[in-house]
Amino acid sequence: MESRIHSIFLTGLRSIAIGILASSSLGISVAIAQDADDAPQVIEPKVERRDIDVAAIDTEDFELTAFVGLMGVEDFESNAVYGARLAYHISEWLFAEATYGMTEVGTSSFEKLGGGAVLLADRDLTYYDLSVGYNLFPGEVFFGTKRAWNSSVYLLGGMGSTDFAGDNQFTVTFGFGIKVLPTDYIAVRLEARDYMFDTEVTGEKKTTHNLQTTLNLSWFF
Amino acid sequence: MRGIRAGLIRCSVWLCLMMAGSALADEQRVVIADPFIEMRTGPGSGYPITQIVERGAEAIILKRRTEWFKIRGPRGDEGWAHRDQMQRTLQPSGERVDFPDVDEAAWKDSRWSAGLMAGDFGGATVYTVTGGYRFSKHLTAELNASQILGNFSDGWSASVNVVHSFFPDWRASPFFSIGTGVVRIEPKSTLAQPEDRTDQMAVVGAGVNAYVSRRFVLRAEYKGYVVLSSRNDNEDLDEWKAGFTVFF
Repeated sequence: MESRIHSIFLTGLRSIAIGILASSSLGISVAIAQDADDAPQVIEPKVERRDIDVAAIDTEDFELTAFVGLMGVEDFESNAVYGARLAYHISEWLFAEATYGMTEVGTSSFEKLGGGAVLLADRDLTYYDLSVGYNLFPGEVFFGTKRAWNSSVYLLGGMGSTDFAGDNQFTVTFGFGIKVLPTDYIAVRLEARDYMFDTEVTGEKKTTHNLQTTLNLSWFF
Repeated sequence: MRGIRAGLIRCSVWLCLMMAGSALADEQRVVIADPFIEMRTGPGSGYPITQIVERGAEAIILKRRTEWFKIRGPRGDEGWAHRDQMQRTLQPSGERVDFPDVDEAAWKDSRWSAGLMAGDFGGATVYTVTGGYRFSKHLTAELNASQILGNFSDGWSASVNVVHSFFPDWRASPFFSIGTGVVRIEPKSTLAQPEDRTDQMAVVGAGVNAYVSRRFVLRAEYKGYVVLSSRNDNEDLDEWKAGFTVFF
């Protein structure tokens, strides 16, 4: 076993050595040829001019997020919610974010006590919203004595639409979250939000508050 | 078996060497001209400064986020520097570097735009997503898609518009638009005799685009719709909206 590993290692080394030898010998032969060509010129300026290509710098202003969490839909229990977000970072403070999410609502107490009464045939709730976020407290969080990760506490507010109980409802959302970045391009976010919309499912029209907490994983690109 | 493995390793070694070579070729280097440049732990002025790079040293630009550049100093340490400081660095040839700011002039030169608006459409709430392409200084072609959320009915609409800016050089630039499209109205299921309908419409509008900062332009507009319904009368609807567009 050991000899086998040795041989693999040696073959690898050998290929590197051959590569280096080949390239350096190529370099030497080119240099000799150049010397012969440029013999009359005594001083050869060797300034390497390489201009900056600003457009080639990798920009990471977009953030793609997947999330799972818990959403309490007023009168219809709390259930798992999941979805995706796409954000554009306008400045270090401001970002705009679109979210699409879905959950399946539970049974209302009316349905539980009513002996077979069914309020909703379609129990899916889907929503989207367009929000503006503000990074309120940028900073760092510390894990033990060796690690410091960038973090930010942010506020969110926006508008959207909720498709629930056969209707699309105008929806207003507010929330806040904390974002921790283990690397420059990956973020973990914990977010709490209120989705407010009107519903008539329970007989009278009322504004409902639907609270949601989510765990988000983001990737900057 | 051994031969395959050795071959694989050889391939991966060459691949590594090639990748290293191409990375070197793409590297963007600057020379620090200020007494020093500050490096923060993150892309924001709230993050602490942990390193500096002195005058005359070279820094490699790794990436950019909003107004911040991630750079690597000569000792291999990495951090984020602001555009204002990067602007005062030099190219290896000794010339100044220009990291162009996104400003009003960039807006005037831009071709593509995307926007979001919200407002009132004949008494209902409306959201609109818009995408535009400017094919001359004055004229822009636009695609609009809207969702309509009313008390008694929901719906959506889509339209194609031509937008004409009278004074494209102004910071707040007024415009006039005409277009055509379709609108679909779906009465809510709680109402008696629901009847879905899709109708063609013609639309004229006027509004203003106002440059704010970076890639942001505020937009407010009025649109008058004539819905060419299959019934005897055409329906007139007013729409008032405000929102923003981002340009590219």
